[in-house]
Amino acid sequence: MPHARLVSLALVLPLFAFVGVTFVAPLASLLSKSAYETRIHDVIPETMDVLAAWDGQDLPPEAAFAAIAKELPSARANRTLLRLSGAANRLQSGMRSLITRTAQRVPRTEFAGTWRETLAEIDEDWADVQTWIIIESAAAKFTLRHYLQALDLEAQPDGSIKARPQQERVYMPLLWRTLLVSLSVTLLCFLIGYPIAMLIADAPPRRRNLLLLLVLIPFWTSLLVRTTAWIVLLQRQGVINDFLVTLGFLRDDTRLEMIYNMTGTFVAMTHVLLPFMVLPLYSVMRSIPQNQLRASASLGATPIQGFVRVYFPQTLPGIGAGALLVFILAIGYYITPALVGGSSGQLIANMIAYHVQTSLNWGLAAALSSILLVAVIVLYLLFNRLVGIDRMRLG
Amino acid sequence: MSKTYDGEHWIVEGLDLTVQRGEFLTLLGPSGSGKTTCLMMLAGFEAPTRGDIRIAEQSVQGIAADKRGIGVVFQNYALFPHMTVGGNLSFPLEVRGMDKSKRRSRVQQALSLVRMSGFEERLPQALSGGQQQRVAIARALVFEPELVLMDEPLGALDRRLREELQFEIRRIHRELGVTIVYVTHDQQEAMVMSDRVAVFSQGRIEQIASPEVLYEEPTRSFVARFIGENNLVKGEISHVKRGVCTVQVEGGSMTAAHLGDLAPGDRTLVAVRPERIQLRPQTGAYANEFIAKVEDVTFLGDHLRVRFNLFGHAQFIAKLPNIVGHGALLPGDEVRLGWAALDCRALNFEDT
Ligand SMILES: Nc1ncnc2c1ncn2[C@@H]1O[C@H](COP(=O)(O)OP(=O)(O)OP(=O)(O)O)[C@@H](O)[C@H]1O
Ligand SMILES: [Mg+2]
Repeated sequence: MPHARLVSLALVLPLFAFVGVTFVAPLASLLSKSAYETRIHDVIPETMDVLAAWDGQDLPPEAAFAAIAKELPSARANRTLLRLSGAANRLQSGMRSLITRTAQRVPRTEFAGTWRETLAEIDEDWADVQTWIIIESAAAKFTLRHYLQALDLEAQPDGSIKARPQQERVYMPLLWRTLLVSLSVTLLCFLIGYPIAMLIADAPPRRRNLLLLLVLIPFWTSLLVRTTAWIVLLQRQGVINDFLVTLGFLRDDTRLEMIYNMTGTFVAMTHVLLPFMVLPLYSVMRSIPQNQLRASASLGATPIQGFVRVYFPQTLPGIGAGALLVFILAIGYYITPALVGGSSGQLIANMIAYHVQTSLNWGLAAALSSILLVAVIVLYLLFNRLVGIDRMRLG
Repeated sequence: MSKTYDGEHWIVEGLDLTVQRGEFLTLLGPSGSGKTTCLMMLAGFEAPTRGDIRIAEQSVQGIAADKRGIGVVFQNYALFPHMTVGGNLSFPLEVRGMDKSKRRSRVQQALSLVRMSGFEERLPQALSGGQQQRVAIARALVFEPELVLMDEPLGALDRRLREELQFEIRRIHRELGVTIVYVTHDQQEAMVMSDRVAVFSQGRIEQIASPEVLYEEPTRSFVARFIGENNLVKGEISHVKRGVCTVQVEGGSMTAAHLGDLAPGDRTLVAVRPERIQLRPQTGAYANEFIAKVEDVTFLGDHLRVRFNLFGHAQFIAKLPNIVGHGALLPGDEVRLGWAALDCRALNFEDT
């Protein structure tokens, strides 16, 4: 390799390393948690080794019984047993008590010649192939369990996969809601942002800078401050309700519920994301020469025809960029719904945060994140097909 | 009419101009002299602050640009980048509600007029500057306006292309018989193309006349300086007699053509064309004869460009044909120069 290429390679290497360490690696490790997990496997590693060679038709060999009889009590002593019993119980109820009971009893039960018989004496379910199938799949390193859960599906004892009953579905409705909210917020931002951007782009220089500042100041203000400002405005005893009551439009008991629900989420998110729509639109509008509209008028087009046929089509790249930015930010939005969404205004990101911080079910959090990621990528590709990413302008 | 944008500075002042039907009129003037502003008022993008514009005796005051039916070619083309050439051309026809087959034939016609047939499907970005300009011209003509305005349409093109398109625009003007008001700051372009030229300076028309008249008979010193090359000599008028006046200049007196409004005692600038100057004329042949010192000589093939020191004016230029005897001039030589009274004109005084 020529010297110059080596040098340039050496120069970009730190950058690659930086991106690798700070972005690719954490992302990959998180995503892998959604399908690869050794936490449960490590509760009964020897048993799993034996079961690896098992065909799943008949009962497993004596070695499996011996291994699990050894590992369950020691797992109980290490306080890791709950991982296994919990996971197994999620696949079939009753597994928790079977495992807990067995782990307690094994040391106290007389050895009956083989471990197979000894365990069968503690609970006859150990003589059932089904029990072993569940143990094996609960402790498997590779598992689709989180994905099934994230998609509100469940594996049947016979191995088939079915949707959960309507009232037990949690994540899919939330995902749909998130998509719907993101799309609506994007649309709202477009409807509000387009005239604003046009106003700024057409203003004389002095006024233009002032207006741009009015867009940018909130943009530079802490998200938290802006969101709490909406609480002050929208709450039951807030500025807007007080105002309407004072004017007599509302009675004290009919104050509007504008926050801690979907309305709150909508209003605050639209406000917070608006600059991401306005700025790319503004930059595209500025690049359209003034004489385009003059040309269209000189050719006989009315101002409306000129806007629809000449101006608007030339702003499409800005609309695309703004919409994509707003949508992608909205779909992962977390703080605003958490603060002003109440319980009905929560989005999928809030659920992911819950599983990362509170329930510590990182596998599920990772699966939800991956699904979100795939949804975004699919939409992005779709968008690229329709609009063309290379035509976009990001301000 | 008059126009001010800010209420303080008059960009166009007391403009009074009549364009004949079918005429090719050029507005010529230096940058910032208000040419574009005039054109924009004609097109209806700006309103005159005072005065009125009439087209075929009808005032167009208050008629929006899109109702005037005037074709405009903009300096930087202003083609619609998201439409093909065909789309750009059929746009004015579509907004007029013309049906599809008729549109097609009109578009074809207009494209062949500017020799751009076969480019319908191209996007403007995929055309060269000259091609874009041809399309812009076709677009301004396709809806058959009677009046077409062109604002420095060739300003961005290189010289060869400019000359080619000047010729094309002339040809189109002749073929269609439309009225064209054309803006340029290139005097050569104005001379080549126009029936009449209006010379602008600071929002006023200095002179409006055919190219020949502008060159031969400038009535204002600004025009004399702006069109072609002129020696301008400061002086004061002493006598006026039958269209000829005597002007006192530094180191002598000159006899020049006299234009109406200057009286004895007035300061004046006398314009002398460099090519009208004779070297060593027969004694008594010309009203003006002077001894001048050669400063330097530039050889330009068919002629010599000689700089003289005359009337304390070290930049007095003469263009002398390259004939026997003229080649022998050397800096420092003192020679006799002469020119006819009617080849120099006493014009309004202007500090330079
Ligand atoms: N929209 C406007 N607002 C304020 N002043 C303007 C505006 N448009 C033009 N002017 C001023 O009017 C004067 C004349 O401008 P105009 O564009 O008519 O000149 P021009 O003769 O076309 O010059 P050029 O050859 O450079 O195009 C300039 O001093 C310019 O600054
Ligand atoms: Mg101009």
